[in-house]
Amino acid sequence: MFSRSIARQLLRQTPGAARPVAAAPAFTFCQPSLFSLTQQRLLSDTTKQAIDKAVASAPVVLFMKGTPETPQCGFSRASIQILGLQGVDPAKFAAFNVLEDPELREGIKEYSDWPTIPQLYIDKEFVGGCDIIVSMHQNGELAKLLDEKKVLAAAEAEEAAAAAAGEEKKE
Amino acid sequence: MASKTPVEDVIREKITAALHPTTLEIYNDSHLHAHHKAMENSASSETHFRLVIASEAFKSKMNPARHRLVYGLLKEEMAREGGIHALQLRTLTPEEEERRRAQEAAPATQTKPAQ
Repeated sequence: MFSRSIARQLLRQTPGAARPVAAAPAFTFCQPSLFSLTQQRLLSDTTKQAIDKAVASAPVVLFMKGTPETPQCGFSRASIQILGLQGVDPAKFAAFNVLEDPELREGIKEYSDWPTIPQLYIDKEFVGGCDIIVSMHQNGELAKLLDEKKVLAAAEAEEAAAAAAGEEKKE
Repeated sequence: MASKTPVEDVIREKITAALHPTTLEIYNDSHLHAHHKAMENSASSETHFRLVIASEAFKSKMNPARHRLVYGLLKEEMAREGGIHALQLRTLTPEEEERRRAQEAAPATQTKPAQ
């Protein structure tokens, strides 16, 4: 059951999903759903609710192949590296491994109306896939967005807040 | 069955017909990913593509909407088993493309850092 496996994934998350999770070799081979070829599969309510919950589980959520420690795809790896470079607060970040759950893997594509993985959500809003993350990283839009959403780790966030409000800087 | 690049041909046809691009670059990066785990049961040599598209159709659209437009055109190819596994997109308007070319031609005069 999908909702249960989401719960399991949620439980597994330490802040920032930093705990290593063993890769699931059973799912590393890509099996595109046959449904999508012949008919539009409708996202079931339970799947949708479970994804709603996943998207809301942290301010910054990445649906990826593999885990932050062991990404199973170069695009997922690039995305996680960028979030790290930007200084996203691990306590405000969650990663979901779509390879662990075929239903999540297909469901998220329909949920986001986006056919590829990884997918980044910030404050429950879809931001984009790897190419968009990379281009926003390069043009400064990502830094600005993460700062506005207050999801950067303490040092960066305090600096930004102090600069913005002209407040006394705390230790 | 003459073409050795049927997927690339379809990409070119569909994007040209729908978006009338001023620039369309198609790079087949599949060979770079041939040993990647997800490809171990794939016989296709057309699984990973990188596209640079400049089109008026992208005007006043944010990047996610531009990408969705392209994904929509190639929906069938992406959903099919053994079809397109990864699609990297760079979507620009002709104006953005021109600015990019100008910047690349004269990087020294650029004031904004690239990174």
